[in-house]
Amino acid sequence: MSTTQSDGAVRQIYDPVAETPTSYRRDPEGAHPPLSYPGYKSTQLRHPKQPLLYLPQTITEVTGPQLQAALDLKPTDSDLTLQAAGEPIGERIIVSGHVYDTEGKPLRDTLVEIWQANAAGRYAHRWDRWAAPLDPNFKGAGRCVTDADGRYEFTTIRPGAYPWGNHYNAWRPAHIHFSLLGRAFTQRLVTQMYFPGDPFFPYDPIFNSVRDEAARQRMISSFSIHDTRPNWAQAFHWDIYLRGPGATPFEEAF
Amino acid sequence: MIFEVTPSQTVGPYFAIGLPFDGQQQIVPEGTPGAIMISGSVYDGRGEVIPDHVVEFWQADGDGAFADLHGYGRRSTLAGFRGFGRSAEEDGDGVYRMLTVKPGAVPLSAGQEPGRPLQAPHIDVTVMARGMLHRVVTRIYFADEEQANAADPVLQSVPPERRHTLLAQPTADGYRFDIHLQGDDETVFFAV
Ligand SMILES: [Fe+3]
Repeated sequence: MSTTQSDGAVRQIYDPVAETPTSYRRDPEGAHPPLSYPGYKSTQLRHPKQPLLYLPQTITEVTGPQLQAALDLKPTDSDLTLQAAGEPIGERIIVSGHVYDTEGKPLRDTLVEIWQANAAGRYAHRWDRWAAPLDPNFKGAGRCVTDADGRYEFTTIRPGAYPWGNHYNAWRPAHIHFSLLGRAFTQRLVTQMYFPGDPFFPYDPIFNSVRDEAARQRMISSFSIHDTRPNWAQAFHWDIYLRGPGATPFEEAF
Repeated sequence: MIFEVTPSQTVGPYFAIGLPFDGQQQIVPEGTPGAIMISGSVYDGRGEVIPDHVVEFWQADGDGAFADLHGYGRRSTLAGFRGFGRSAEEDGDGVYRMLTVKPGAVPLSAGQEPGRPLQAPHIDVTVMARGMLHRVVTRIYFADEEQANAADPVLQSVPPERRHTLLAQPTADGYRFDIHLQGDDETVFFAV
């Protein structure tokens, strides 16, 4: 919805009821990785063997949680370099972008949650036994809510790559885990953001579980000279697309 | 122009750094009249409990109203009702415990004409873990809602011999709902 002001400018008026879809486009085949992917060994005992059954998008699926009040976010929730007494070690980076739906419409007021390893590739998690140093000044988790333009921004430390036990000499490309609630149950997404030009891309079964080359590229951020802060931080840009409006004929008839 | 969705990736083993929040398993505040506990475990194909699971609930309140901000149907007026619960711990006994209220019946769509049948009480559930490249989605129905269940279009679309995997069973303080990712009692999962 928009109105034209007296100065000629077009201003958007946000009407969540009018602008929230009542059904969502289903993801095309191959948009996401398969639940069974033998190259990633842990999938083998953790994927359903029966086919998924069709769930119409009823009111339960097109509504979704709002956690802002429960989370009571502070500015330090989105700046992972300010969460401890001292500064974490590593390359300071700004990670920002927009959350859009597949029609390109920005999704405002949606929760973005991240977690990641420190500069040495070690998670501040008691199960992570990788022989790299922990950083007492880096917890590695952040949250923010997108603004009116659907924009999110985190200040953090560039994570390191780390080895894992999937196969001989397995290393994960450096990544930041992202969790998005969207505005409807159908839009829920957990994914990982990668960094451009990572040498481990060809060897990582999790990255390559997304079989489509163009789809894999959508998980890779780009370096942004525009967003860098002189004498302060490098910057990476990454836009996230959640499913947008759409319906199938069956759903219309349901 | 239509853009393509960002692909899913696994939550991995270390989500407990980032996903838990205070009161994550309280869909209603403690002391809410009629509050019940829904608990259960997630099992792998060997029948072993997956302790480091992420389980999320999304549901209506007892009146069938949701807590979303987008104005579908009636908005929930239950004090402190979040409609959303998350179990995202890596330690403990591998049992999720959601403090909630039993949802009421809801329409199929927000604009449903009066007189059309309602859906049986149900909860939408997301399950994620290390070793899962994409979430799986299931629905909790309630074993003691036989009449409503018999008229529910989604539950009735499930082959009869698998429907029991979607039924939460009454316990002393609420219901038990276990999730089997594989095996003889593999839970019914949905494409949403
Ligand atoms: Fe990771």
